[in-house]
Amino acid sequence: MENQQEKQEFNITVYTENQIGLLSRIAIIFTRRKINIDSLNTSPSEIESIHRFNIVITESEDVVRKLCRQIEKQVEVLKAYYHTNEDVIWQEMALYKVSTDIIAEKVSVERLLRENGARAVVIRKDYTVFETTGHREETDNLISILQPYGLIEFVRSARVAIIKDSEGFNSKLREFERLEPGEDVIENEFLNNADTIFTM
Amino acid sequence: MGTQIIGEITEESVKSQQVKSQKIELSGSQALLDALIIEGVDTIFGYPGGAIMPIYDALYDYSDRLNHILVRHEQGGIHAGQGYARTSGKVGVVFATSGPGATNLVTGLADAQIDSTPLVCITGQVFAHLLGTDAFQETDVINITTPVTKWNYQVTDATEIPEVIAKAFYIAKSGRPGPVLIDITKNAQLQKFNYQGYTPCNHIRSYRPKPIVRTQYIQEAAELINSAKKPFIIWGQGVILGSAEQEFKTFVEKSGIPAAWTVLGAGAIPTDHPQNVGMLGMHGNYGPNVLTNECDVLIAIGMRFDDRVTGRLDKYAKQAKVIHLDIDPSEIDKNVKTTVPVWGDCKETLPLLTAVVDEKKHTDWLNKFNDYTQKEYDAVIHAELNPETPEMTMGEVIKQLNEITNGEAVIVTDVGQHQMVTCRYAKLNKTRSNVTSGGLGTMGFALPAAIGAKFGTPERDVVAIIGDGGFQMTLQELGTVMQSKVDIKIIILNNHFLGMVRQWQELFNDRRYSFVDIESPDFVAVAAAYGIAGKSISDRAGLPSALKQMMATKGAFLLEVVVTRENNVFPMVPQGCSVSEIRLK
Repeated sequence: MENQQEKQEFNITVYTENQIGLLSRIAIIFTRRKINIDSLNTSPSEIESIHRFNIVITESEDVVRKLCRQIEKQVEVLKAYYHTNEDVIWQEMALYKVSTDIIAEKVSVERLLRENGARAVVIRKDYTVFETTGHREETDNLISILQPYGLIEFVRSARVAIIKDSEGFNSKLREFERLEPGEDVIENEFLNNADTIFTM
Repeated sequence: MGTQIIGEITEESVKSQQVKSQKIELSGSQALLDALIIEGVDTIFGYPGGAIMPIYDALYDYSDRLNHILVRHEQGGIHAGQGYARTSGKVGVVFATSGPGATNLVTGLADAQIDSTPLVCITGQVFAHLLGTDAFQETDVINITTPVTKWNYQVTDATEIPEVIAKAFYIAKSGRPGPVLIDITKNAQLQKFNYQGYTPCNHIRSYRPKPIVRTQYIQEAAELINSAKKPFIIWGQGVILGSAEQEFKTFVEKSGIPAAWTVLGAGAIPTDHPQNVGMLGMHGNYGPNVLTNECDVLIAIGMRFDDRVTGRLDKYAKQAKVIHLDIDPSEIDKNVKTTVPVWGDCKETLPLLTAVVDEKKHTDWLNKFNDYTQKEYDAVIHAELNPETPEMTMGEVIKQLNEITNGEAVIVTDVGQHQMVTCRYAKLNKTRSNVTSGGLGTMGFALPAAIGAKFGTPERDVVAIIGDGGFQMTLQELGTVMQSKVDIKIIILNNHFLGMVRQWQELFNDRRYSFVDIESPDFVAVAAAYGIAGKSISDRAGLPSALKQMMATKGAFLLEVVVTRENNVFPMVPQGCSVSEIRLK
């Protein structure tokens, strides 16, 4: 095949309406091509009522471009962008739980924190929870440091990424929201009334 | 249940009532049916069931304004909706209940999604408080149908209904059309609410159905076309969906460029048009396939470069500059790299392009297509249409049919050999005359689609041409034909095989015929059991009179034509081959 491009990490940013079912509609675009989603984060954007997805996948640019167009085609999607890691500032947060006794006995907690840009979120008699934020290598690094001391639990968040060059569409989005404010999500309000309703 | 008849609610009456600030109390079901009437719906294909009963109860009072066709299976209902949409250009409307009713729609939704057919499907759903509890006939219809709908939505509160239905119709028919499914919980169907009237939707802020046309690309496209020596137009259903047949014809005639069609584009300009050089793709015509790899500028209009059209992509039109006119930006560069993308509705882009292209006649180039037509005629077409075999061929049946319909009928086909033969040989004078399952290739499509096609265009003759295999997939819809007295003509081309798979097994699997030998019931007796007139012929001499009898019969007619068992459809671009490697035998 010609034009066989290298695969690399791409950060896909999708601005959407806040609608139930949209997550699945977007996820399907990846799964139908059997592409794994490395990381997915949904959050509000800087504009109320406009939602934001950050999706990380490892693919060739050609495929990523087609995926973005198919995402953008969805009725409730405003815009989909893709960027390489160089085009974004990104962070992932991780939490680590270790036994306080072991840590206190064997390492200098202070040194650990300092050298890894981490902070202790909770210190209890039985365990301590550390938090660090950074790129994958940094959060991975602290795992390997803590592993010998009996890492009890580890969790890492999805990636959040800020696009370096995003002023242009921020102003567009603001104008867009000003002209036509978004609608509220309508949820099912009947789930807790089951006992009081007689149905057939 | 004492349903109050609220009289005809039109936009005006609603507005005037609002002015008087009278409160109109409606149930969700009534609001739905009012919405359908204001949207101009006249026909609904459906099947009732537990979770959609309130809507059917309301429909009882609306049956003078909404013609509900009771089908025999929800798949039949949705294919009928598709047939209706394809011939009428309107949105097809389908009702089904929750659970199995809704899951039976899935094949039709997938078919409508890939063939861009506008549909609004309404499914009943269990009460909102039961969602997620595995209630009787509960399925997660929204998630099941997400990949096969343009949009779907679950209504749990009646107050949402007017706005959601308005969005549903707008989304289904605007931009690149497609199927929309609205799932309405039973409580929302029953719930009374203060009805504020129905306002059709013409804008959704996150949805841009029509890309803004960039004149720069029109200019670039025109420059390419004007300097081309061997330009070639290939068109698809986009021309029909955009109601741009006239604009297209003007463009073709002014530019003098030969034009070929995809299966779904058939009929946008008449078969006999001198610049219509035939069908593209796997079983398309010889010239259009071979010369795709010889043209210098390829102008694709409202088509999506399906793999059945392109054959092997890395050997497809590599020498050509490609201009792609499409309303859907995700189609640009999806399969074939475009030199000039012309995003937009071809109803807008074609006149802009026509204005700036030179008036030309590409006589030599057009003659080249005609030379290939002659080669194809000598090698394939002549024998197919004028066979000397004792048994009849599918092609000669279509040829005889052409002589009787004179290209004026709507031709509905199923999927397989008979479909390819019909698309190749049927004469079509008018647009919206070819109804077939193109993208999904759904066997069982034709009979219910023909029913819908007839309701979509009652004044035209509708002829369904179906294989013996496909007919048996949805023959229960003969019940619908019987009950609703649908005047369709059914031709079963019976070769006693699942012919297309058999052809592949013959050509590529050393004639190892694996489960393609299919037995059929006495089709005429089956039709008779439904009170439908029928006839079976296997003798060539009887063909013209049988076809005449069929067309002259008032009401439905089933004609079984026994054709030669092991005939192959040629030409053929074998899978994985380039279009220029098309085989004549």
